[in-house]
Amino acid sequence: MKNLFYLILLFSSFLQANVIEVGVNKPIKSIKKAIALAKVGDTVLVHKGLYKEGNIVINKKIVFLGKDFPVLDGQKKYEVLSVKSDGVIVDGFKIINSGYGTLEDPCGIKVYNKSHVTIQNNILNDNFFGIYIQNGTNCIVKNNKIKAYGKEEQRIGNGIHCWKSDSLQVIANTVSGHRDGIYFEFVTNSIIWRNFSSKNIRYGLHFMFSNDDAYISNVFKNNGAGVAVMFTRRVKMFNNYFEENWGDAAYGLLLKEISDSYIIGNKFKKNTSGIHMEGTSRILIEKNIFEANGWGMKIQASCMDNEIKNNNFVGNTFDISTNGSLVLNTFNSNYWDKYEGYDLDKNGVGDVHYHPLSLFAVLTENNPSAMLLFRSFMITLLDKSEKILPSITPDNFVDKTPLMHSLSL
Amino acid sequence: MNRIIKIILLDILKNKIIIGYTLILGLLSWSSFGLEDNSAKGLLTILNVILFTVPLVSILFATIYLYNSSEFIELLLSQPIKRKKIWLSLFFGLSLSMVLAFIIGAGIPLLIYAADSIGIMMLIVGCLISVVFVALAFLCSILTRDKAKGIGIVIMTWLYFALLFDGIVLFLLFQLSDYPIEKAMVLITAFSPIDLARIQILLHLDQSAMMGYTGAIFKDFFGTTLGLILSFSLLCLWVVIPFFISLRKFKYKDL
Repeated sequence: MKNLFYLILLFSSFLQANVIEVGVNKPIKSIKKAIALAKVGDTVLVHKGLYKEGNIVINKKIVFLGKDFPVLDGQKKYEVLSVKSDGVIVDGFKIINSGYGTLEDPCGIKVYNKSHVTIQNNILNDNFFGIYIQNGTNCIVKNNKIKAYGKEEQRIGNGIHCWKSDSLQVIANTVSGHRDGIYFEFVTNSIIWRNFSSKNIRYGLHFMFSNDDAYISNVFKNNGAGVAVMFTRRVKMFNNYFEENWGDAAYGLLLKEISDSYIIGNKFKKNTSGIHMEGTSRILIEKNIFEANGWGMKIQASCMDNEIKNNNFVGNTFDISTNGSLVLNTFNSNYWDKYEGYDLDKNGVGDVHYHPLSLFAVLTENNPSAMLLFRSFMITLLDKSEKILPSITPDNFVDKTPLMHSLSL
Repeated sequence: MNRIIKIILLDILKNKIIIGYTLILGLLSWSSFGLEDNSAKGLLTILNVILFTVPLVSILFATIYLYNSSEFIELLLSQPIKRKKIWLSLFFGLSLSMVLAFIIGAGIPLLIYAADSIGIMMLIVGCLISVVFVALAFLCSILTRDKAKGIGIVIMTWLYFALLFDGIVLFLLFQLSDYPIEKAMVLITAFSPIDLARIQILLHLDQSAMMGYTGAIFKDFFGTTLGLILSFSLLCLWVVIPFFISLRKFKYKDL
């Protein structure tokens, strides 16, 4: 017993960590000097003030803590903070004015090939790239507020940029005004949770070659082109909001070459197109709400084996549109507010099959100018007869069990 | 002039058809708003009423009224009143009653259930469409003395604007789809008051879809304040031009 006590005492002496304080009224006034003095496991506590020290490199495992948001200014010349050690924690800084460069990609905070780095509770303002995780594993990006004022795609980087990483957690960040709010390329086994990405120039979330990820309960609002998920397998998209992504090439959610994924419980509201699918296969789209979109879903003929069930389609101009006659997807038990059938046996399922593809949706797909005639009486007549006897629209584009009442989602 | 308008208004009211029209409009609007839980479908019903029923009733009723009051017009002409005054009073009397019927029948439920930009837009457009088709009725009925022929012309006119015109546009769209015709199409809509009305409402009702590819072209044109003013002034032209042609004809007509 006594030996054990000594053993613990011995180890605790190893565990002892110092706090090195930096501030105007403290003995150490420079962050760089403090980091140089720090040993592994120490805390560098930075007090309020403006620090213009160029590029600050954290090359040992320390806790880098800001008190009352000290400002680290990159003076539009430098990358502000470079993390080059495992297990670093960066917490509570205001990081502004990183440099601009297309070759170097200077960032607010960049993690170089390291693991277990935590970046949390920071405010990033007007940086080229916000937070950049390059080849990181088990890193956490949490509670950061990232803002930029990009005008054009070429002149601004992404808010949270993750490249060739694994097991990341991107949680509760707010991103706006960057090129892409959150950017994932070659990132696996990661989660994007409760982020708010709005008013970015291109995509709210840009997702490429990133398998086995999940993004849950995020809000993507008013981005230049919505959200793009491309060339990826096994993605889970749950409970997200896709709202007000307007424009001729704007989609709530753009899916391109996606397979074996789940889209469940999301809400698509007031987008030009709710979901645009291309080359997508084996996806389950369930319990989503499509509301007041121009097109609820655009399913290109290159999609196959997708299952669309138990969704609400309410108040969309067109519920579904496609560009060919081949239909390899199934629609089951959705609620369509345009359904006009009846339910004699009162089991809540309409007795008449529903063809969600309207003639006019096909016409406008072939000839976009025809949009001019939308809701004209002539077109309504044509649409009605097409619904009863499909000739132009593929007749296997059908929901055999349309619901009479909207699902409470 | 006011006295003649008053006489005509009272006469129209006495004939009860307008009251029936008001009631039917009211029934349609109230029930369509009341049946559905979202106001979008009610708006669609009223849109169809504006594009379909309002023109038909306005143009037919005005024409028949004009033919039936030919004796009354002759009587008025024997008095020392200018022909222009008589014709204008008839026009104001008829348009006023049609507009009132629309406002009471469809306008009140619109303002109660959808008192936003769409509702107000629909109200204004519905009133304008009523007046446009009364003006067209004046033009058609002055063309011929024969009542059957006159009503025939009126029904043709209505069919043309309500159905045929869009059919022709659709045909043109697909025949000329290889050419950049979007802008020309915007121009072509000016040739039908119903289309002008429809597109104005569409821009508000299907905002998201109109942000799409070609929608953007229309939105750039009709959605701006200039476009709005332009399309409303075009609708007003659709009132003024037919009416003034008919007025000219009426002035020199040997009755």
